Amino acid sequence: MAADEPLVLGIETSCDETGVGIVRGTTLLADAVASSVDTHARFGGVVPEIASRAHLEAMVPTIERALKTAGISAKDLDGIAVTAGPGLAGALLVGVSAAKAYAYALNKPLYGVNHLASHICVDQLEHGPLPEPTMALLVSGGHSSLLLAPDITADVRPMGATIDDAAGEAFDKIARVLDLGFPGGPVIDRLAKEGDPTAIAFPRGLTGPRDAAYDFSFSGLKTAVARWIEAKRRAGEDVPVRDVAASFQEAVVDVLTRKAVRACKDEGVDHLMIGGGVAANSRLRALAQERCERAGIRLRVPRPGLCTDNGAMVAALGAEMVARNRPASDLELSADSSLPVTDPHVPGHSHDHDHVHEISKENLYS
Amino acid sequence: MLLLAVDTATPAVTVALHDGTDVVAETSQVDARRHGELLLPAVHKVLAEAGLKLDAVTGLVVGVGPGPYTGLRVGLVTAATFGSVLGVPVHGLCTLDGLAYACGIEGPFVVATDARRKEVYWARYDDFRTRVSEPSVDRPADIAEQVAGVPVVGAGALLYPEVFPDARGPEHQSSAALASLAAERLAAGAEFLPPTPLYLRRPDAQVPKNYKVVTPQ
Ligand SMILES: [Zn+2]
Repeated sequence: MAADEPLVLGIETSCDETGVGIVRGTTLLADAVASSVDTHARFGGVVPEIASRAHLEAMVPTIERALKTAGISAKDLDGIAVTAGPGLAGALLVGVSAAKAYAYALNKPLYGVNHLASHICVDQLEHGPLPEPTMALLVSGGHSSLLLAPDITADVRPMGATIDDAAGEAFDKIARVLDLGFPGGPVIDRLAKEGDPTAIAFPRGLTGPRDAAYDFSFSGLKTAVARWIEAKRRAGEDVPVRDVAASFQEAVVDVLTRKAVRACKDEGVDHLMIGGGVAANSRLRALAQERCERAGIRLRVPRPGLCTDNGAMVAALGAEMVARNRPASDLELSADSSLPVTDPHVPGHSHDHDHVHEISKENLYS
Repeated sequence: MLLLAVDTATPAVTVALHDGTDVVAETSQVDARRHGELLLPAVHKVLAEAGLKLDAVTGLVVGVGPGPYTGLRVGLVTAATFGSVLGVPVHGLCTLDGLAYACGIEGPFVVATDARRKEVYWARYDDFRTRVSEPSVDRPADIAEQVAGVPVVGAGALLYPEVFPDARGPEHQSSAALASLAAERLAAGAEFLPPTPLYLRRPDAQVPKNYKVVTPQ
């Protein structure tokens, strides 16, 4: 770790985790997370207003905890990064407001960055600098996308995405049909290990010869699984929960990995990165590894704690913005719930002159 | 002493600096949808007008609502973050108290702000410094009897003239009034509220209905 690498604090509040991470270059120094997932569990999904309230309560204590863990002084930071979008509008706003106040009070540059690009960039903390280009498969409760990233700070191209449910959402819904609680991913993964993935032939969505090569669809699968379970129940038979979990999970990860590997081959990319909460799924990791090896592709998957939403990923992308001299955001930065993936960050409008920009030249502690 | 007061609990994004004697600088913009964009530039504006930097601030004052959720949190998280970095106290004040202080009425009156969904946030006062009821959220028609015969101050009053015939200004919250009230209270050694939001409503949380059967019956 070189002392001249950028030291950046990142704030992430796009969903139900209040994350604050601190990195120096590609080295992780702190990753503090406060989650409101337990509060949402009884609703069977993330309730936006509950998430926003929890972010407000957790924000400052989580920042202070991250600084303490990293053992650095806030005055030594080279920048403050924050998820500007996409995500839940009210939740994003808490993080963006905190980041602005923090950047202003410390007189540090502010970088509003893209949540999806951050999910990709976090792998630098685990496996070192990202190869350029990198193919990324992002799968979580909120997203299922295939992205090609020639430059994570400036050029991220959407290859494909889900046309209905996100992969993680499908896990949650099937868990609900099986009365397994929320979130559904971990429990289905666990039960699937004891089940037979070939027991039931569930459909693979959008895999026909004329279907979009890189898009995903999990809605039909979800309905097929639910119908199958209902038929069993109606017939008065026991539902083989482990086999259903394994067969459903196999259908999801089969499509995800097949399309990701195909995208790599088509684009001549020899690195595949997998991120997002569903990347913690053990079968997805195993099948991706197997198929990548066969195709001569190097697979990069960060450890599960870095795959779910966290502040470290935002800090990682912020550090890359600093390292590559990308323009900072200004203090009017908006939380943008639908920030396009093609905007890895939100630079300020340096052309229309505004008094606010002068502050970056002043030192508040002079 | 230098107090920085912010309030984003109402459509107004309002910021003021107070030196313990007077308001040094203030700015207010009314734009219910852009609290997040407007607040920090407004803070910078009042500091620049006063020729001061943020590290001169010795205390923060923040309107804790009641107010519609999303905007309210912008002021609160900003004040909390400044307080943490500067190592200075963050004093919470009821947003309605700022409007009460600004109206300067010496006798009994009511303050009402717009709570949306055809409701108002409101509280009763004996005079402009003395609130005598906890803030509540209600439909105007439901409180008409309770507030009859006294002036009603604020946008919530002006929105429903049929229920509040003696509606008065100011319409919008000003951090200048909030800061002045805070300076008075600090000098008198009075208490403040914790800098946490007064939502007065439960979160809109739809508990999903029991699992819906997808097969046609
Ligand atoms: Zn995410």
